Amino acid sequence: MTTVVTIKGVDKVFPSRKGADTVALRGIDIEVASGEFVSLLGPSGCGKSTLLRIIGDLLPPTSGQVVVNGKTPAEARRDRDYGMVFQQATLLDWRRVLANIELPLEVAGQAPAERERRAREMLDLVELNEFADHFPWQLSGGMQQRVAIARALTLQPELLLMDEPFGALDEMTRERMQMELMRIWQQTANTVIFVTHSIPEAVFLSTRVVVMSPRPGRIVGVVEIDLPQPRQFETREEPRFFEKLVDVREMLRGAEE
Amino acid sequence: MVATPASPPAPALRPLVGFLLILVALLGLWEGYKLLGQSTGGTIPFTDVNLPVRTDDRSLPHIWEIVGSILAPAQRGSEEPLGLVLARASFVTFREALAGFAAGSTIGILLGLAFVRSPLVERGLMPWVIASQLIPLLAIAPMVVLWAGRYRLPLWIAVAVIAALLSFFPVTVNTVRGLRSPSPTSVEMLRSFAASPTQELRKLRIPASLPYLFTALKVAAGASVIGTLVGELPSGLPDGLGRQLLTFSYYYGSGPEKLFAAVLFSVLLGVVFVALVGLVERLVIPPARRVQS
Amino acid sequence: MTRRYLPPALVFVTILVVWEVGVNAAGIQGFLLPPPSRIIASVQSEWAVIWPAGLFTLREALGGLLGGTALAVLAGFAVARWSLIRAGALPFAIAAGSAPIIALAPITNQWFGITNPVAKMSVVGVMVFFPVMINLVRGLTDVGAGKLELMHSYAAPDRATLLKVRLPNALPYLLSALRVAVALCLIGAIVTEYFGGSRAALGVYISQQASLTRMAEAWAGIVVVMLFGGALQLLIVLAERILLPWHPSRRAASG
Repeated sequence: MTTVVTIKGVDKVFPSRKGADTVALRGIDIEVASGEFVSLLGPSGCGKSTLLRIIGDLLPPTSGQVVVNGKTPAEARRDRDYGMVFQQATLLDWRRVLANIELPLEVAGQAPAERERRAREMLDLVELNEFADHFPWQLSGGMQQRVAIARALTLQPELLLMDEPFGALDEMTRERMQMELMRIWQQTANTVIFVTHSIPEAVFLSTRVVVMSPRPGRIVGVVEIDLPQPRQFETREEPRFFEKLVDVREMLRGAEE
Repeated sequence: MVATPASPPAPALRPLVGFLLILVALLGLWEGYKLLGQSTGGTIPFTDVNLPVRTDDRSLPHIWEIVGSILAPAQRGSEEPLGLVLARASFVTFREALAGFAAGSTIGILLGLAFVRSPLVERGLMPWVIASQLIPLLAIAPMVVLWAGRYRLPLWIAVAVIAALLSFFPVTVNTVRGLRSPSPTSVEMLRSFAASPTQELRKLRIPASLPYLFTALKVAAGASVIGTLVGELPSGLPDGLGRQLLTFSYYYGSGPEKLFAAVLFSVLLGVVFVALVGLVERLVIPPARRVQS
Repeated sequence: MTRRYLPPALVFVTILVVWEVGVNAAGIQGFLLPPPSRIIASVQSEWAVIWPAGLFTLREALGGLLGGTALAVLAGFAVARWSLIRAGALPFAIAAGSAPIIALAPITNQWFGITNPVAKMSVVGVMVFFPVMINLVRGLTDVGAGKLELMHSYAAPDRATLLKVRLPNALPYLLSALRVAVALCLIGAIVTEYFGGSRAALGVYISQQASLTRMAEAWAGIVVVMLFGGALQLLIVLAERILLPWHPSRRAASG
């Protein structure tokens, strides 16, 4: 398997005016292989979102090295290797659903016909065909987030970065979206880095869970989730699923002591 | 902004520096425009087209001449500097504006309170309040002045009434908006420990309404100065700035810089009045709760 | 449709009736507050004068509106682009917003001639300039960090961010500023004429009729102002309908 992301000794310090700098991340080492689904899990303030943003070139690291596809994050971003999904769907209110999905293709300078073909394909993938001509406000929160996922996938990115994408959804919608994401991941075979603070979500989705501790954010350990693929609704009811939940939970508790 | 590391916040001086920069640029533009006109003989460079505003000292006095005229005597044979005359006129106009502002705002606040307390009052009076805005209130200034004359009221009252007419509406609207701004959960919270409607008003709604109220008061202060200046035109009131504007424009030939000085004082009066309301706002509301206007 | 427009229409009619009956019953002399019937009669009898006068003033108002808006848009882009100017421009614009711009009227009268429409247009232009510029700058800059990060993640050039995110985001801000500007420009033109102006202008007509205590005629002039004002507001509402089909203000209507 080829390595998609290599992180070596990354620190992130937010300077503060009063001299009390915040150390958000300290000594982070991770490797993510192609096709993996890796969750960054930890309590609020453990720097998991910061780490994701460093990988996606939305923030520079204070020190350390990040390599994405053999390039720096800035180069990878310019090559459009990323698809990003945030907690808010951040759809453009003035564009209909289809046009929202076309946005990254437009920026990349693709021809209109090709854009629409590709966007409709993505709309198919998230099963929202009949909503192509709706405005964002006419969709539910879960549907908006599916549009955001479709938009993130249109450029066929190497790496999908997701920052608590289901954090604003209710529990029922959330579980449906998790199934949906699994189905899409099976189809696209993307590499995914997924930030969450929900233990069951991390265990259900991931092939590996990276457990982090708060201030300064460090990696406490990694739990391999070798539950059978594809994950199904019943996966959540299997004894092995509970065992993994317990493993992760204990590792998190260990981090607090 | 996204890709840069967290930089220290901009120093507090930045707005001031930018403000002064713009001011200097505008003054430079003024004098530069004069220079340009004088070098081309009043035409746009390389054309025969005249510049939109003539650049001689009669149309555009030098800035130092305007400032100088404020310090110089207002009339020949008089000791009084123009600045003092204009300051006195400004004070007269300010008094009228303040009276109208106070009356209009008081009415606005009372109406707002009444609307929030009683839906019946709101349904009965709101249409009239809204209808009043269909009329261009500033434009009926000549009629208002006539009314006052008819009822033998002092003319300054007519001028203040115009200021009040302009003030009351924004204050009414924002008082209602502010009193209704607390979230349903905070209202329910107060009701859960059996607060009386008066307590609800005093402990929750009134404090919540203050930022909205002050936003409207600043609008009202600016509008009342405009109303007063315009009201002074048909009233023939001899002492205010409105009259001074007319007088100096009548005698423009004998001292154009005096008109510019009078305009400057008018502009400053509006800005200072609004700034005063802003100052009161600062004293009343803690910084974190202020709304951006 | 009926349910939406009937109640305000009823209120309007009620107000007119109360006004008419009240003025007559209270024995208020006609020249102080003429009843609506007399004002309407004056609109008819004075039409040949007030209609062309209204058009003359409307031209001044629209000229100022267009000029002021055009300059404000240019300035708005510059201010949104350079943050040091922005830091100074907002306090400057807010200060200017509280200044009585109308006081510039005697100066522009001297510059362009008291009967020259340009004298009025330039005052109206300055009045319109600040609200339009402030709102445009807000619209271009209050975009939301999320949307900017999104464009950043696509490695979008600044121009694409401007065209695809900032401009569409600014459109509702611009239109709501135009709503204010449209109301401002007519009043501004009328009141600027109170400082003196062409005999063909509506503001001059109104102030003269008032000084002759011909109140019904003066009010007839006000009616013309209201007609033009209403028509301009309607145009803006129409523009909002066409340009902003996605805007939250439309949700109540279609969603």
